[in-house]
Amino acid sequence: MTAQSIQRVKGRAVPLGGDDIDTDRIIPARFLLCTTFAGLGEHAFEDDRKAPGHPFSDPRYAGAKVLITGRNFGCGSSREHAPQALKRRGIAAVIGESFAEIFLDNATSCGIACVCLPRELIEKLIGDVRQDPRAELTVDLAARAVGHRRRNYPLAMDESVRQRLLDGTWDVLAVLQEARDRTDALAARLPYLAFRRAGAPR
Amino acid sequence: MGMNLLAKVWDLHRVRDLPSGATQLFIGLHLIHEVTSPQAFEELRERGLHVVRPERTFAVIDHVVPTDGVRRPLADPLAEEMFTAIEDNTAAGGIAFFGPGCGSQGVIHVAAPELGVTQPGMTIACGDSHTSTHGALGAVAFGIGTSQVRDVLATQCLAARRPKVRRIVLTGERGPWVAAKDVILHVIRTLGVKGGVGFAYELAGPVVERMEIEERLTLCNMGIEGGARVTYCNPDEKTFAFLEGRPYAPGRDDFPAAVAWWRTMASDPGATFDDEVVLDVGNLGPMVTWGITPGQAIGIDEAVPLPSSFHGPERAQAEEAQAFMGVTPGTPLAGAKVNVVFIGSCTNGRMSDLRLAARVARCGRVAPGVRALVVPGSERVAAQAEAEGLPDIFRAAGFQWRLPGCSMCLAMNPDRLQAGELCVATSNRNFKGRQGHPEGRTVLASPAMAAAAALAGEIVDVRTMVGADA
Ligand code: SF4
Repeated sequence: MTAQSIQRVKGRAVPLGGDDIDTDRIIPARFLLCTTFAGLGEHAFEDDRKAPGHPFSDPRYAGAKVLITGRNFGCGSSREHAPQALKRRGIAAVIGESFAEIFLDNATSCGIACVCLPRELIEKLIGDVRQDPRAELTVDLAARAVGHRRRNYPLAMDESVRQRLLDGTWDVLAVLQEARDRTDALAARLPYLAFRRAGAPR
Repeated sequence: MGMNLLAKVWDLHRVRDLPSGATQLFIGLHLIHEVTSPQAFEELRERGLHVVRPERTFAVIDHVVPTDGVRRPLADPLAEEMFTAIEDNTAAGGIAFFGPGCGSQGVIHVAAPELGVTQPGMTIACGDSHTSTHGALGAVAFGIGTSQVRDVLATQCLAARRPKVRRIVLTGERGPWVAAKDVILHVIRTLGVKGGVGFAYELAGPVVERMEIEERLTLCNMGIEGGARVTYCNPDEKTFAFLEGRPYAPGRDDFPAAVAWWRTMASDPGATFDDEVVLDVGNLGPMVTWGITPGQAIGIDEAVPLPSSFHGPERAQAEEAQAFMGVTPGTPLAGAKVNVVFIGSCTNGRMSDLRLAARVARCGRVAPGVRALVVPGSERVAAQAEAEGLPDIFRAAGFQWRLPGCSMCLAMNPDRLQAGELCVATSNRNFKGRQGHPEGRTVLASPAMAAAAALAGEIVDVRTMVGADA
């Protein structure tokens, strides 16, 4: 199964802001009592959303495809439930100052593009979006730029992540499967796979 | 030029470089639990794939198990569904599963090292961010998400980005009651909660060399709280002695060869690193957190920092955290009223942690109105604690002695905070809402500090409460 190439994401944005937003806030642990990701979308930011004026409960930002946040987004737990919840809420790209590493991997595995802009630009974009929630942003991976109101800002992102999104291997399983023989050969060379536990047959 | 441990392990497990630039990395040990694996197995079924190396995967149930008795079906139908899913998935896949009552069940990061499954030189992955814990034995271990769990089940490989390595040399003589927990909180507050992003942390130096393996497990457990997905200590004689005789460690015939190989998997003298930091812990006292990230920590005799002492975005963050926690900047945390105490988790749920807590518990009784839970990290820990009489000490002092599991570390089982409660916890995250109620508040501390808070009914310096050498 090959995934789809993701060249660019175009849509309205939700100006979340904030630093060190952890995965417990994106999807609180009580919603991890499940065996499928379906239905997680409605619980994204469930507790934070209760605060008055939270962007995720503000109708002006309903239907946004791009989330704008600060630094170290998605820190904390490894739960893929976090990007899965965002994806099911329609988020296809996240613009942040930086991302926690496990979140970056998980978001990429879900086909969500995580891209970085400098802090001043993020603050400017958040201000612009608040003023005009209907203006669309373009996160262009091929051109390495975020476009907004006819201006383009160069984005930064991990190159291997960019390549995976562009060439449609963000779901990387099929690629990993290609190297079956090399994987077996490597395993045969690993000293520790040959160690026998006490009482194990030789 | 010498090589560091990460470079050696990485090179040994590199299957190939992928077109994207990432490494296809072989995973020597895969650990799974009930929260992040069911969707991965479901995808395997949908794609008609199977588990390629079931003998390299080990499974537990830890997050959702009740700690006051495991009766099937579990009272929470969703928890029961997850329980059944991991039982069925591991049985169908031929994977070893350690469930309640088997004698070895526990929080995955407690159970795997004590079974001897975790060994030096391995690559280890688990759908859990605290997989960094296993680095304490000299492995390269990191947390992954559910799609990656699926990738490992189906191929025993991951697409991985190689981190840089920062060596953190810990020097100085630890003071009385200064635990591994205090040391790692100090590292995180110094280097920041995102200081380790892009890095693996090698924890080294005399402080680490003098630590027992269980203390190193506590250190590496919290590396991820500093942003470092991989954290490790070099294997040494203590590591080898820790592993000898464990059920899944190399047996007597192979043990000498294993030790000989493990010795080669440490960082070489003169190895190069991308960054190096020296931190002295000589003046460190017991630590407590005052905010909502593990980096918002102070020594028990320091004052909660003034927001004006922070720059840029950190100032607003400090203000938000202090308002949420209800703490007063400029004053110490000591004296803050405590409602709940939680001793346990993959950070501090091992024998040495319970022994320290018990030493404090002997000195008094849990203050009226305080709910104090002691949750051993595994059934093996529980059995050993019983052999040493610890449950009786805790119960006599008014603590509840529970069954093993994650419990109130993230409250996916019935152990939860109520609105507004303040909990002193030995776990690793003080995030908003982490302990089961959006308005529950968490102060992270060592087992001794947590036990002392239970007795005092407020946050207190264990050194003054029980004396420096009790
Ligand atoms: S004890 Fe806490 S941190 Fe550790 S695995 Fe369980 S929930 Fe995660």
